Formats: sequence, C-alpha cells, structure tokens
Amino acid sequence: MIEGLLAVVALAAATASVPLLARQRGRAREMPPSFVRDPERDVRAERRARQLLRDAAGPEVAAMYARLGFVAVESSGGPAGPGREAEEPAYGYLIYPHRPIVAYDAESGELLSEYCVRFPDGSEPMAGEWLPDADDVLAKWMALLADERRLIDAANMHLPGRQLDPTMVRRDLIALDEWRRSRTVEVAA
Amino acid sequence: MKLVRMTPGRGDVLLAKGDPEVAEDEERLMEEFRRQLDLGMWAAVPVEGRVGQREATMVRDFSEIPTGADRVIFFPPAAGGSAPAIR
Repeated sequence: MIEGLLAVVALAAATASVPLLARQRGRAREMPPSFVRDPERDVRAERRARQLLRDAAGPEVAAMYARLGFVAVESSGGPAGPGREAEEPAYGYLIYPHRPIVAYDAESGELLSEYCVRFPDGSEPMAGEWLPDADDVLAKWMALLADERRLIDAANMHLPGRQLDPTMVRRDLIALDEWRRSRTVEVAA
Repeated sequence: MKLVRMTPGRGDVLLAKGDPEVAEDEERLMEEFRRQLDLGMWAAVPVEGRVGQREATMVRDFSEIPTGADRVIFFPPAAGGSAPAIR
C-alpha cells in the first residue's frame, strides 16, 4: 500500500518537473550569452591592442605605456613667434587603462581633477563590455588629442583622489619625468 | 585604407579594406563607415602632426578622412562613469 503511494508521488513529481525543466531550458535559450572569463583570450587581445597603440600613436607612446603602465598627454602650449619662445604646456593628462584620466598642472605637477570616462561595448557579450587595456588607453588618447572638449564633456569630473590615490599619481608623475629624461639622454647619446 | 574596430576580448578587427581611389572600394568603405557611425561608434584617424609627432583627428563623415590616411579606428562612444568593479 505504502509502496504504491510512494510510486504515485514519485510519478507525479517527475511529471511536474518536465514542464519546469523545459521552461528553464527555454529561458536559457532566450537569455543572451553572458561574460565568460578567458585569460588566454584577454592576453591575445591585449597583445593585439598594444600593436594597434604602437601603429596609431607611435613607438614613443607605446614605449611609455609598456614602461609606466599609463600614457601622458600635454597641451601643446603656444607656438614660437618672432622674439618669442614656444610656450610650455599648461596642463596635461595621465591616461590609465580603465581608470579615470587625471589632469595635472604641467609646471607644478599639482593634480587638478579626475575624469571618469569609459567606452562600454556590448557587441561581444561573451568577452564582457570592456576593451582591452591598451585599446582603452588608445581610445582616450585619440579622443583627447582630436576632440578634448567632447571627451571631457562626456566624462564625470571629480576632485583628485576620488578613485585614484593622489600619492600614487604623484609618484607616477615623478616616474614620467625620469622616463622622459632617460629618453632624452638616449637620443642625445 | 583599412577600417578597424576595437572590440572587447579580441582587440581590433578588420571591417573593410580597400583603395579609396578605386570607385568600387570607395563605395564599400563608405558603406561600412556609415554602418559603424549608425551603430554609434566614434571614428578616429591617426595622423602625423606638424612636427612629426603622432596626433589624431575625429571624423564624422567619410569625406573628412584626411587624404592618404591608412587607417580609420572605430571605438565605442565615451560615457561618464566609474571604472568597472570586475575585470
């Protein structure tokens, strides 16, 4: 008697689960593919992105990124004229991959602001929505050089220290200065 | 000239390639250019600056691509926001 009852209950449970499983499978088919971490894919993408950075921005910028992990862009300053030397750049930006751009006073090194900006891309859901690091840097570099106002207008501006440790950024400015001096010596030699 | 697009997980991918001086190629390049802009992409062209340093220019129309440019790079439009929490 009890065995018969158990068999009926088991049969009912199995029958009830069939549409449930079917619905779950249906939902899985409907859901967009989601991000899958793949370190090898990301390494290949970053290698490719670094090559594009070199081709587009030049070997100097690529070397800066490879050595320091960020890229610096400085305003061009005023041009030289009759009886006037070229003006020094007034300000610059440090471009970090997937981190805010930091504006600084090119003369004093004072940190001016952080600009939070990103380039989300939903075209490759399996790969996430973030460009490879070097592509993110190149996108910021091109946008700053070509249309600074457009990029800055799109960004969220904050005081220095909102996301990036100012001590770290100041250290990076010192490292940048040292790196530039070492390059000057190399060229002069 | 090559049209390339930055993509997550792959780096840049080639979208189209051709000689803009050849009518057939130009048509194909223009078509792909417009398609990317319609998708909302930004388009930049790396160029040589006045004193030899590299610069870039943004273009919003195929006719704005500087003569002799060998590459147009498309990337997603900038949006304000903080860095991703997980990478």
